[in-house]
Amino acid sequence: MAISSAVDPSVLHERREQRLILMLLAPALLVVIGLLIVPLCWLAWQSFRQDGGFTLAHYARFVSDDVYWRTFLQTFRIAFVVTVATLLLAYPVAYVAASASRRMSILILAMVILPFWTSVLVRSYAWLILLQRRGLVNSALDGMGLIDQPLILVNNELGTVIATTHILLPFMVLPLYAAMQKIPADLMMAGSSLGGSPAHVFWRVFLPLSLPGVLAGTVLVFVLALGFYITPELLGGGRTYMVSMLVSRNIELYSEWGAASSISVVLLLCVFGIFRLASMIIPFERIMGAR
Amino acid sequence: MKPSKLILNGTVGLILLWLIIPVVIVMPMSFSSARFLSFPPPSWSTRWYEAYLASAAWMDATKVSLTLAVLSAVIATVLGTAAAYALNLSGSKLVRNLQVLLFLPVVVPIIITAVGVFVVYANVGLLATMTGLVLANVMLGLPYVVTSVLVGLRKFDPAQEMVSRSLGMNRLRTFFIVVLPQIRPSVISGLLFAFISALDETVVALFISGGENQTLTKRMFTALRDEIDPTIAAISTLLTATSFLVVMLVALSARNDSARVVADDDA
Repeated sequence: MAISSAVDPSVLHERREQRLILMLLAPALLVVIGLLIVPLCWLAWQSFRQDGGFTLAHYARFVSDDVYWRTFLQTFRIAFVVTVATLLLAYPVAYVAASASRRMSILILAMVILPFWTSVLVRSYAWLILLQRRGLVNSALDGMGLIDQPLILVNNELGTVIATTHILLPFMVLPLYAAMQKIPADLMMAGSSLGGSPAHVFWRVFLPLSLPGVLAGTVLVFVLALGFYITPELLGGGRTYMVSMLVSRNIELYSEWGAASSISVVLLLCVFGIFRLASMIIPFERIMGAR
Repeated sequence: MKPSKLILNGTVGLILLWLIIPVVIVMPMSFSSARFLSFPPPSWSTRWYEAYLASAAWMDATKVSLTLAVLSAVIATVLGTAAAYALNLSGSKLVRNLQVLLFLPVVVPIIITAVGVFVVYANVGLLATMTGLVLANVMLGLPYVVTSVLVGLRKFDPAQEMVSRSLGMNRLRTFFIVVLPQIRPSVISGLLFAFISALDETVVALFISGGENQTLTKRMFTALRDEIDPTIAAISTLLTATSFLVVMLVALSARNDSARVVADDDA
């Protein structure tokens, strides 16, 4: 029995457990590795290659070609405006949802979640109809006598910002609501019973406690906006040029894999960098809403 | 009600209206008789639905999209549930990092994912195939299933599993008889979300679908770039209705779950 006593049964059990965990994870991981990790590595490799040799030419274009940095600039500007707009719109919604009666907050959340699960393509199309020259918005404004000529709301950056803000608003409301819901009502009550005015209690107690939600929502919306494709493609009218479109043009029109790869790598680094920075403050899983 | 509160509630009401109008506005417009989409429609008709149903191209695309959504949702649910169960079982740091890997499909900008999948498929000959479409959508659906099932597992009391196994039931049977029935609402939510995600997916499909296997969303997107065809309003309405139905089913499954918990507590 010398052999069997050499291996501690609990270690054996531990090993079996480890093997089981790996076996259960393997199929899902294989799909993600095969269809995402491997091609990402290939893109990174490709971004340094030209005619079978090493090159930095694809990255040099970020300095020399103004289309590149202008596209990145416009993308960051749109993402920034959209993030600020969603935050301003989402905060009161989440606040009311978190402080309202159960029934009311379910109703509000339902109105946030329904658009969330509606196709991005369909919502972009809806905005195309609403904002076009003779669309609902222009005819309503005209009917009220507010404008003489239809406003140009679509086929430009404004249309893209409006629709993107609309599409990403739920991504801001939900983390905000999750954070606000955890703020105990007693704390607010204690604040006001100690003589704080409602505004004072809000600024000094509620707002700071809601900041983790603000951060999670901000990161999520900003990163998603950076990678937006369908909406600017449909509502930008060729004048709004975002990074995703630069990637797709380089492949569809010019078959420029090196260029497309270097742009993808830079965009990806921006995204990962932002997540990395944010995860120093709050855990990644909380941003993704897993908890 | 105090005036400040009134203003706040009024503002929130307006924001919610702004949120919901673009989602529902397509519905009345799809019943317009006019070629040009104005609101309110000059008169009502179902001609765009008839045009959709009569078009072989739209019907084929619908079949492709539905088939791929059902297949990828089922596969993503099986793989995702297994992965979530394993993640929940393990406390090691390595496995935690693997979890981040499973969330990558929602983190990586979709255009980059699309290009990446295109490259892989071009090399292995999966472009414009149903298998390729399903696999890509399994990957995109995994994060929804894993998240949803993990939430369910965290609420589940692991002692029950231990009891069942100490009574001699093996792990697999324990999972199907003890664990699965209790996390069923989370699994169903994951399945439904993966279904909707696959049905609505557009960007990856633009790159990898084609020929006989062209998805509904790819066809819609391509048509939209050329003109505002009211047939798309009809299809959009159907897609939106499907989303609403799915969200309602998820809510229903969650409510049954909490109702059952209450009933158990009373017993």
